[in-house]
Amino acid sequence: MSTTTTKPGTSPVRESRLTRGQRPKWLIPVIGVGAIVVGAAISALIGFNIATWAIFAALVFLIVGPLLIGAIEGSRAGSDSLMTFLVYTAFILAVIPLISVIYTVLANGIPGLTSNLLLTSMNGVTGAQDNFAEAPGDVVGGAYHAIVGTVSITFWATLMSVPIGLLTAIYLVEYSNNGWLGKAITFFVDVMTGVPSIVAGLFAAALFGMIFGPSTRTGFVAAVALTVLMIPTVVKNTEEMLRIVPNELREASYALGVRKWRTILKVVIPTAISGIASGVTLAIARVIGETAPLLVTAGFATAINWNSFSGWMTTLPTYIYYQIMTPTSPTNPDPSLQRAWAAALILIAIVMLLNLLARLIAKAFAPKTAGR
Amino acid sequence: MSKRIDVEDLNVYYGDFLAVEDVNINIEARSVTAFIGPSGCGKSTFLRTLNRMHEVIPGAYAKGKVLLDGDDLYGKGVDPVTVRSMIGMVFQRPNPFPTMSIRDNVLAGVKLNNKRISSKAADELVESSLRGANLWNEVKDRLNKPGSGLSGGQQQRLCIARAIAVKPNVILMDEPCSALDPISTLAIEDLINELKTDYTVVIVTHNMQQASRVSDRTAFFNIEGTGKPGKLIEYAPTTEIFNNPQKKETEDYVSGRFG
Ligand SMILES: Nc1ncnc2c1ncn2[C@@H]1O[C@H](COP(=O)(O)OP(=O)(O)OP(=O)(O)O)[C@@H](O)[C@H]1O
Ligand SMILES: [Mg+2]
Repeated sequence: MSTTTTKPGTSPVRESRLTRGQRPKWLIPVIGVGAIVVGAAISALIGFNIATWAIFAALVFLIVGPLLIGAIEGSRAGSDSLMTFLVYTAFILAVIPLISVIYTVLANGIPGLTSNLLLTSMNGVTGAQDNFAEAPGDVVGGAYHAIVGTVSITFWATLMSVPIGLLTAIYLVEYSNNGWLGKAITFFVDVMTGVPSIVAGLFAAALFGMIFGPSTRTGFVAAVALTVLMIPTVVKNTEEMLRIVPNELREASYALGVRKWRTILKVVIPTAISGIASGVTLAIARVIGETAPLLVTAGFATAINWNSFSGWMTTLPTYIYYQIMTPTSPTNPDPSLQRAWAAALILIAIVMLLNLLARLIAKAFAPKTAGR
Repeated sequence: MSKRIDVEDLNVYYGDFLAVEDVNINIEARSVTAFIGPSGCGKSTFLRTLNRMHEVIPGAYAKGKVLLDGDDLYGKGVDPVTVRSMIGMVFQRPNPFPTMSIRDNVLAGVKLNNKRISSKAADELVESSLRGANLWNEVKDRLNKPGSGLSGGQQQRLCIARAIAVKPNVILMDEPCSALDPISTLAIEDLINELKTDYTVVIVTHNMQQASRVSDRTAFFNIEGTGKPGKLIEYAPTTEIFNNPQKKETEDYVSGRFG
């Protein structure tokens, strides 16, 4: 290209003038090992234990690493590595509780995950039976009625909140034109987002108490409480998804002589459907683990009840709660504990499946761009 | 099929802001009319009033008369949706529907309106529209592939096919070639030449050569300064605008001495 290009091979060992000092590859592992050793030493000074060891090792690494790198490569590289290490540290701190929760639930839940647990209810299970159970496999009674309750209450809550949430979001994005009504709705949706879940439960209980007499407890009352919690999530998410649909598509549709509501139905929503659907799934995942509102709305049952409109119902979270707080056999709580952990495992599995489903839905509905 | 447009004393607003002032213009049927002028002088704004797309923007409205073969588009009780199905539009940036295949994009005007159409008639409509847009040979083997998988120029021609599939009387084009390479541009210019046998075509362009190549008549818009409304300065046969303009402003603009 230019005449000043040096011929390759003229000065093979000359350092490039464009680079500064570079740290050797082994530097970071060595600092790491050093930090672990020094951390152990400092921790030993004040009475050794693993937690202080980890903390001191991390601190030593966070201080020495950037200083050394800064000395070799300059202060910009030093602060860069400090920030990088801090970000990794934050990430590890955030992931530790998650991994520990999953590990604990798996470890405690798997022994109790028997066919009894999945296929039978607590109907007729007494403390005497629990007292006789010696091995984990002997435990009778299960969470089938709680799974039924969780599924049907969540179903009704979804059935109510999705249309309301969807239509609200459509109004806000497509029709409100930033008018006072739109602003008011946005404000109240924001307020609703912050409503504590127990308040939603009390609201539903009070509402049905007023209409059908005090202490009306059915699955449907619980579903109403969950609906109150779900609607703002669905509205917020759908709103966001509708807003990122480019205006050009709406205009393209109008220019073809298509009416506004048809444009929304056939162009805007299909374009946003993947985000909307995965948002709904995540909203479901969020309310499926609610406990407090269910305690005051659905009552507590030990038998299977598919009918959300009459009779009490148990869901997985309340099942876990009652198994722990009031073990079936007060003198031998282990079987109840085992059932609670297994139910927790099922609950986590359902939530994870829902998250997975959300991703699949997003993929399946996403506008197709490939295909050249 | 093709109809003429007569605009009388049209003022176009964005809320309080008067964007285009007092336009009077007669657009002939079966001809190509080009709008030229500096950026921000209101060409797009004015074009969008011709099929009532302007009022889609919140707060935007127009005052005056736009007569389509004598019928006022802004008359009382006129449904903008009817107007838009008679006056189609192609936008500056190609915007095929990302969720639809090439075929469905062409049929969008029919399908989105839930009109019944037999699959044979649909096939014919797809082929004739794509042929009309000079795109048929390039896409006939992949009609069921997504429209967004086409090149920019092909996408723009797909949008033109989509616009002519609803059989409008008039086609408005807002800088249809500004995102395209010279070859696609030529393809679209050829297409515009063919379209004028059946349609009234109005095109906004920043490209003087393009205006002189494709248009029969040219309208020059100008603006005195920011915040001032745009105005129609001169409207005449294209050869006259480029060779023998009556106004000094027009001469300065077309000869590149603008600003
Ligand atoms: N949505 C809008 N809201 C308010 N003002 C607008 C809006 N769109 C355009 N305007 C204003 O209207 C005037 C005309 O804009 P317009 O887009 O019609 O110009 P144009 O001639 O098409 O320019 P260009 O050649 O750059 O496309 C400009 O002053 C612009 O700022
Ligand atoms: Mg423009």
